[in-house]
Amino acid sequence: MSRTTLDLWVGVFVAIGIAALLFLALKVGSISGSGIQSPYTLSAHFDNIGGLKVRAPVKSAGVLVGRVEEIRYNNERFQAEVVFTVDGRYKFPVDTFANILTSGLLGEQYIGLDPGGEEKNLAPGEVIKKTQSAVVLEKLISQFMFDKAADSEPAPAKK
Amino acid sequence: MGGVVRRLGAMVVNGVWQLGFAARFFWLILVYSGQSFTRLHLTIRELYFSGVLSLLIILVSGLFVGLVLGLQGYEILQRYGSTDAMGTMVALSLLRELGPVVAGLLFASRAGSAVTAEIGLMKVTEQLKAMDMMAVSPIARVVAPRFWGGVISMPLLAALFSAMGIFGGWLIGVVFIGVDDGAFWSQMQAAVDFRYDVMNGVLKSFVFGVAVALIAVFEGYDCVPTAEGVSRAITRTVVSSALAILALDFVMTSFMFRGL
Repeated sequence: MSRTTLDLWVGVFVAIGIAALLFLALKVGSISGSGIQSPYTLSAHFDNIGGLKVRAPVKSAGVLVGRVEEIRYNNERFQAEVVFTVDGRYKFPVDTFANILTSGLLGEQYIGLDPGGEEKNLAPGEVIKKTQSAVVLEKLISQFMFDKAADSEPAPAKK
Repeated sequence: MGGVVRRLGAMVVNGVWQLGFAARFFWLILVYSGQSFTRLHLTIRELYFSGVLSLLIILVSGLFVGLVLGLQGYEILQRYGSTDAMGTMVALSLLRELGPVVAGLLFASRAGSAVTAEIGLMKVTEQLKAMDMMAVSPIARVVAPRFWGGVISMPLLAALFSAMGIFGGWLIGVVFIGVDDGAFWSQMQAAVDFRYDVMNGVLKSFVFGVAVALIAVFEGYDCVPTAEGVSRAITRTVVSSALAILALDFVMTSFMFRGL
């Protein structure tokens, strides 16, 4: 059995097919797209997570440092429990603040980590104590309305 | 009235019968695959006929689909002032849906029909029976190599289709219209996840490859051995492949991309 031109063509076909897959993986998808290395998990409790989704980004100073892994309801605390992974290269102090923020006006929601000043760092699996919930537009509006109502009420009483 | 019921019943029974035969046939292909892989040149030959010869149509169609996506995407995105997201739009729509589906449809009509015609004609001229007489299993010698040729070439063709489409979108967006090159690629890379988007697309194209290749070899093997029977079998290959691809695509999309 010897090589034929047919083998050459099949070789070319398989080679460019694999090259296309590599192109999709590296150039289009950037295989290190998530770029999270040796991740460790942290969790945090929130009163309200708004529209946070699994796989949502976790950012600190605007840089992607992790992703949300799991969201569940904690029936003892009546709060949402969010578990997320953080890149092993980054350490955060124990008094780090976890906020749920929105990118842009209508963008997706993500967790923003504001590092505190403590010397000790969060160990894998630890819970972030200081959290701030998502801003819910309806609540904001109703607060604003109540404030307005409270402001305007005393005015006619003075007369 | 009785005749209609009888014909309806016969149709149902025939359909179920064919389905059972197809399942047994699929099983036989898998059993005989080992035998046919020991003579790899048979599979390589089929890879040439269904893969290499489909390259031209796949590459050219991919390029044109990408060009159209670029033009339409720009037209819509510029209304919202977000033409930077063009790369994302082109890449995601190609990787998730258009790449596997359109490549699968083209593959079914370009290679699937050829396989059906070949096997059907072999059956008409009683070559399959002759092989059986010589104690050569026609499934190992004829069917399994064609099946695996289709299954292997389909994901590669779909990847080439997507890559070519993204190149077409880049050509329109960056070269002709003047979307920023950096924004095009970086937004695309930020939005496309390797496991979620690329691998799911590859998985889809693999499943379509199995479906199209199985339908093509089965219709050829099961055809009525006349000139008319072969022509009907080829028609059925193209029609049922297209239906299978679209239905499977819906099922898989609903599993894969549920927005969590």
